[in-house]
Amino acid sequence: MQGYVYPNEWELHWGLLVVVYPYLTGLVAGAFILASLARVFNVREVQPTYRLSLLTALAFLIAAPLPLLAHLGHPERAYEIFMTPNRRSAMAMFGFVYAWYLMVVLLLEIWFDYRKDLVIWARGSSGPLAWLRRALTLGATDLSERSLRFDRQAGKLITIIGIPSAFLLHGYVGFIFGSVKANPWWSSVLMPVVFLFSAIVSGIALMLILFLVTSLLRFKPVDMACLDKLAAFLLYALIVDFSLEMLDFTQRLYEAEESINILAQMLSSRLVISLIVLQVLMGTIVPLLSLGLVAPTVRRQGLLKVPDELRRLIYMGVAILILIGIFSTRWNVVIGGQLFSKSLRGLTVYKIELLGLEGILTAGAILLLPLVILFVLVKVVPPWPDQEVKVEPEQASNAPVAVVQPS
Amino acid sequence: MSDEPLSADAGLPDAGPQPDRRAFLAACAVAVAPFMLDAVAVGEVQEQPQQAAAARYDPRAHYYGMGIDVDKCIGCGRCADACKAENNVPRDPHHFRTWVERYVIQSDGETVVDSPNGGIDGFPEKAADAGVLRTFFVPKLCNHCANPPCVQVCPVGATFETEDGVVLVDEDYCIGCRYCIQACPYGARFLHPVKRVAQKCTFCYHRITQGLLPACVEVCPTGARIFGEVHRRSSPLERFRRFNEIQVLKPHLNTEPKVFYANLDGQVR
Repeated sequence: MQGYVYPNEWELHWGLLVVVYPYLTGLVAGAFILASLARVFNVREVQPTYRLSLLTALAFLIAAPLPLLAHLGHPERAYEIFMTPNRRSAMAMFGFVYAWYLMVVLLLEIWFDYRKDLVIWARGSSGPLAWLRRALTLGATDLSERSLRFDRQAGKLITIIGIPSAFLLHGYVGFIFGSVKANPWWSSVLMPVVFLFSAIVSGIALMLILFLVTSLLRFKPVDMACLDKLAAFLLYALIVDFSLEMLDFTQRLYEAEESINILAQMLSSRLVISLIVLQVLMGTIVPLLSLGLVAPTVRRQGLLKVPDELRRLIYMGVAILILIGIFSTRWNVVIGGQLFSKSLRGLTVYKIELLGLEGILTAGAILLLPLVILFVLVKVVPPWPDQEVKVEPEQASNAPVAVVQPS
Repeated sequence: MSDEPLSADAGLPDAGPQPDRRAFLAACAVAVAPFMLDAVAVGEVQEQPQQAAAARYDPRAHYYGMGIDVDKCIGCGRCADACKAENNVPRDPHHFRTWVERYVIQSDGETVVDSPNGGIDGFPEKAADAGVLRTFFVPKLCNHCANPPCVQVCPVGATFETEDGVVLVDEDYCIGCRYCIQACPYGARFLHPVKRVAQKCTFCYHRITQGLLPACVEVCPTGARIFGEVHRRSSPLERFRRFNEIQVLKPHLNTEPKVFYANLDGQVR
């Protein structure tokens, strides 16, 4: 500790778990926005990632409340956020945004998209998996042209509603921080926007890795057109994200409000590794340069022509750097905002634990849990394009001819 | 003298015929009964003043605030100590409902602030590196803002403003999310390490509703803390606000604090 902090500020209140939470919801928003690129904006190259993105969003959304519950002083009373919310509280209202997004957007969209597949998969097979799929159809087994068209239209409508909902989901987390006037590191109009774009960046990076890894694990040839398109969108999102962060930084330095001295001190003594090295250099600048050179954007093969295998490797490396960089971004916002005193006269330290509910091991487990959930989801409702059921309308009334049974 | 045996009332005037035992016991019962009813009635009558006292406290009839005269504070720390004793605040140096800060403004313009254990043990001698321009002590506590950001952000409404202007936390409702602690610009809140709920100064609500003063005000030896009501002419706080130039902490945040400082230096945050 150096300088003066208010006596109650010695202890940091929002620790590692509260860093993990916006990271997870950011991945949700980013994965969903990628899915909507495929569905609403008809970017056909990324179509193979559509269902995987939806399932990834669902897996991460299911896991997202866990760090919050673990962090609460009285998690057994947490339901009161829904029963007796304070309507003026951003945190309370966010509970409803989250519930809306989960129930109305994500679950409904997945259901409408998968309904016909579930019906076909469940037919003619037995065992608990078939029973589960049959149950998931919720009894809507009509495969006529009318109902299939309804599925498509409903799915499209939900995706259209879903885009602003996804923006709201993660922008809201930014608002929860950005609206705290007591904290000059957090209080900013740009906070929701920066959060959102860093979420999009992290989500696309995650999907790039997942698509690549699942293709390799399934011994399928990697769809380079899809990967290239993902990389291009990653680059665009990264440019916007970097611009926003540079804007925030530049304006802050230019205005030089009272808090600038202690914030500069904090940055140079506490956040050197996490901000300058991990977030900016390795998490943004290196990916920007790499993607800018090799990703096909204006030219069909990128500024620098690079063989497929090397490009894949670069994409993978860049995506991993980005995922680490965005985690550092969350760290710098949450922890950084508490490392300096509101008296603007001193800095404190964050004592991170290894074990315990707020420890590194718990955080690591919570970060890995969505992948476990995703694994289960992928077994129940496989998202692979080659296993998607193609239902011909005239054959819909009978059992379809070409059915691929998922393994 | 007659041959009759001596009786107890020999020499006394004749008392008349003696009552029989049954009549005597009946008479006793009749004599005692009013006293027993009276005892019951006394119990009821004794309850009424307490009920009346509780019924008599009307939160709508009060609107509390506090005044602090920085010139009078000598940094003895008795207020912080009394507060911890009165409110069972953990005694470690990281949880305070009120504390005292020392400001040392040096000749080179630098300001050094400290608050060792909240000022409870007083302040150690401080040798200033450069010459000292001036020093002073500033007691700090929850400002019981009229526009409290902590109340705004609580997701379940566990922290609230009473009608008599005191911001309280319902410890049975608080879920321990700590958003209020983040939202308070003054560092007045903390999380109780055992109860895992948010806590802060309550103006000693349990005392002021009985007409007493908060513990910190009660023990201050110099009268640096003045407790009273805002907008009530007869209150000592109103007199304090009439005869001093008043400042509040961080006015630009528009929290409308109800702790009013007199002789507050511009260096205080």
